[in-house]
Amino acid sequence: MSTSTASSVTQAGDAPIVRIVDLHKSFGHLEVLKSVNLDVYPGQVVTILGRSGSGKSTMLRCINHLEKPNSGAVMVCGEVVGYQVKGNRLHELRLRDIARQRKLTGMVFQSYNLFPHMTVMENLMEAPQRVLGRNGAEVREEALRLLDSVGLADKADAYPGTLSGGQQQRVAIARALVMNPRVMLFDEPTSALDPELVGEVLEVMKSLARSGMTMIVVTHEIGFARQVADEVVFMAEGRVVEQGPPSQVIDAPREEATRTFLRSLGQRNAPTAT
Amino acid sequence: MASTGSDPGRSRTEPSSAANGGAVRTLSQSELDDELIAKPVVPLRHPGRTVAACIVLLLIAILAYSLVTNKNYEWSTVAHYLFYPRIMQGLRNTLVLTVVSMSIAIVLGIVLASCRLSENKILSMVAGAYLWFFRGTPLLIQLIFWYNLSALYPRLGIGVPFGGDFFFSASTNSVLSLWLVAILGLALHESAYMAEIVRGGLLSVSGHQTEAALALGMNRSVTFRRIILPQALRVIVPPTGNQVIGMLKYSSLVSVIALPDLLYSAQMIYTQTFETIPLLIVVSLWYLLCTTVLTIVQGYIERYYGRGEASRQPARRTWWRPRLGGREQLTTPVAAPAVEQEDNA
Repeated sequence: MSTSTASSVTQAGDAPIVRIVDLHKSFGHLEVLKSVNLDVYPGQVVTILGRSGSGKSTMLRCINHLEKPNSGAVMVCGEVVGYQVKGNRLHELRLRDIARQRKLTGMVFQSYNLFPHMTVMENLMEAPQRVLGRNGAEVREEALRLLDSVGLADKADAYPGTLSGGQQQRVAIARALVMNPRVMLFDEPTSALDPELVGEVLEVMKSLARSGMTMIVVTHEIGFARQVADEVVFMAEGRVVEQGPPSQVIDAPREEATRTFLRSLGQRNAPTAT
Repeated sequence: MASTGSDPGRSRTEPSSAANGGAVRTLSQSELDDELIAKPVVPLRHPGRTVAACIVLLLIAILAYSLVTNKNYEWSTVAHYLFYPRIMQGLRNTLVLTVVSMSIAIVLGIVLASCRLSENKILSMVAGAYLWFFRGTPLLIQLIFWYNLSALYPRLGIGVPFGGDFFFSASTNSVLSLWLVAILGLALHESAYMAEIVRGGLLSVSGHQTEAALALGMNRSVTFRRIILPQALRVIVPPTGNQVIGMLKYSSLVSVIALPDLLYSAQMIYTQTFETIPLLIVVSLWYLLCTTVLTIVQGYIERYYGRGEASRQPARRTWWRPRLGGREQLTTPVAAPAVEQEDNA
């Protein structure tokens, strides 16, 4: 099922679409990221595992500059995010230019963050019209197609407050996709959902992965990581501890920290892990 | 009444199960359940409420009777002055003062609130000091102060700061007309209150909304205008409605600088004719009419900005059918989620 993505990944000489180099981030005295390095190639699905507080969400939020790193750099599509390289200095970009860079990435949040004062359709159409300046009728057509692909075409005129958590999260995925991003960032997309609603969101994410989208997914869903991910990254205490294909990191972890984490997780959702 | 209704059911089950085991039992448990469900509900009576309502109605009747029969109200005089030209002029002045001052105050309030919330410490502190001063001194003093500004600064103009000459200047009294003083006084004072109302509204919108907008590539201005402000307005509108109604009435303070608003126009008439009560009734009727219109308008605005939140608001209560009153109302919310789940699956 992941043959199409695998073939695009294995092309040698491909430049990474997201490159994280020696990333450091502190909140006050708390050092959350201590030198993180990661390369993500076009078409890859990378899942990030780790305990809460291991810095995985912070790392994800550095990719679209919702967090400003203390040092190190993030590059998306060859551009340094948030800075302009001039000689041997990095000049901070204006918000307008950062906004331009953010169009390359789409983000899905743990708490959906749909705009509650807009209908589902308005949620989807707002950014393409205001940010990309696209024609309304054209965007509406595309938005409807995306809503249909996440199974919510009939909810176009509903307000987010009337939808279930799973439906809201699927709308949030469609809202990110309608901007035509190069990379999709998922920040624990199923953690706020009732257990019976997790499946419908993961299903949408799986079909998105099959379509060849580059995805970076912070999650606790081991089953999803094993089934869909090309690369699994295990983070602990602000560092990448172990990295590799799921068959290695999940099924035969080398590091003790990874083993301990997977054991604790295995106890929690043992039935779904198999 | 309700307890006697349930008694027969109990007396029939107890002997059957206790004395003779299942042998004498004539009714199965499900039949008993059906019987229980079929019983009509007798609503609880509230005799105290009925008595209280009667007393209140009686008091209202007494008041209405005195309004009609007491000659001192001079209703014919009220009718005479209701559309009197000077009263009409006063009403117009009051409305213009309210609308203009309030519009300026709202815009200034949004600016001040953004400054207060700014990461720039200087802007935030200056806005804080503005609020401290304009909320901390009485409106009456501020109005008299602006009226007498020429005592502090005889000439106003544009020139080199710190003691340079004016390129262009005019005498303060010629610049600050009566109207300008009134509007300046009301708007600056009101803007301090509006700033806090707007700030409260902006803070009520979760930071996640900003993040979601930024992640979609929106710039700060689009994020503010399209995402944050419309949500904040839901919280801002009700207290603002309060302020508008307040402004309508305390704009009558401009009478100290002799600007003829509604109340001052009436005062000017009754100091000559001594028809104090009828003229105050005329003024009150106009104030009541204006606040009624404003309240209705506010209702419409609130409904507009409350869209999307409708599902969270409680169902509208009416006096003849209180919420969760009868059994049929109780069953509806239980049935609704079941239908919704079928949709999900």
